[in-house]
Amino acid sequence: MHALVLAATEAGELRDGLAAIGAGLVYGLAAIGPGIGIGMVVSNAIQAMARQPEMAGPVRVTMFLGIAFTEALALFGFVLFFLAQG
Amino acid sequence: MILGAFEFPPIDELFRWKDVLLDDTPVAINKTAILMLVSATIVVVLFVGGSRRRRLIPGRLQNLLEVTYEFIDRGIARDVIGPEGARYTPFLGSLFLFILFTNWWSVMPFIQFPPTSRFGVPLYLALQTWVIYWFVGFRHHGIRYLTGHIFPAGVPKPLYLLVTPIELVQLLIVRPFSLAVRLLANMMAGHILLAALALLTAYALQNAPVIALGPFLLNIGVMAFEILVGFLQAYIFTLLTAVYIGDSLHPAH
Repeated sequence: MHALVLAATEAGELRDGLAAIGAGLVYGLAAIGPGIGIGMVVSNAIQAMARQPEMAGPVRVTMFLGIAFTEALALFGFVLFFLAQG
Repeated sequence: MILGAFEFPPIDELFRWKDVLLDDTPVAINKTAILMLVSATIVVVLFVGGSRRRRLIPGRLQNLLEVTYEFIDRGIARDVIGPEGARYTPFLGSLFLFILFTNWWSVMPFIQFPPTSRFGVPLYLALQTWVIYWFVGFRHHGIRYLTGHIFPAGVPKPLYLLVTPIELVQLLIVRPFSLAVRLLANMMAGHILLAALALLTAYALQNAPVIALGPFLLNIGVMAFEILVGFLQAYIFTLLTAVYIGDSLHPAH
């Protein structure tokens, strides 16, 4: 089966296809963790704001900080996506 | 398959501009440079012009500038750094407004390109922040700024093997790099998304006009979202700069 697939495609084509799959996976996998993380940050920030509306200002600043740090991981994946595309 | 032949142009085509002035010299000027100069000029003209004839009861422009200044001063400088943060408000304010205006070029009709999506621009801004927080730290605490950071108090001695390299890499590389990449990747992603939707609309108009409405409406929605993202990224960049400066001033916590 593998030999058949290999015989049917040019070597370069196979490499390009694998590179494209890899590049797609890089970003998709890198987005999972930060996606969950940002969800947790924001949900807890909303809970805090709802319980103590007078603290909404500081909580919002801290929430953005938390989002920024969590999001950085996903963005590294996004940059890697371009590098992996070569 | 209606969209079978749709071809997305190479990424370089969306981000690389030809030099228009002083070609092939290290100071060649292209669209990115022009937009940066224009944004810087807008900030300077707004503030110099707006504060020329100050009145006790502010006019429209003066009011807008006062609100902006107060947002930086109260919301970022004093809140994050502390009372002595007021010294850094002018720097943080110009940083915020410069990034804001450069980001917003991405949705300006006929221009539609954020200079911050070229790595050089956010990298320079991040290195500037890097130099400033090291300088502030060393000026206020001398060498204890560095030792206090890489040998945090209250950590068991053997753990320094693990903690010290992490803290050192964090101070030297991770902070400026993540600052730069965060801004770059956000603006780049927005620009690519807008370009893809616009191309899809144009392609659908030629081949299947019925479905062109979908990407067109989506494009307008994403543009509104990009205005928000541009503001948010400028805010986060300034906020993190303030956090790093504050950390250099009071490294204890």
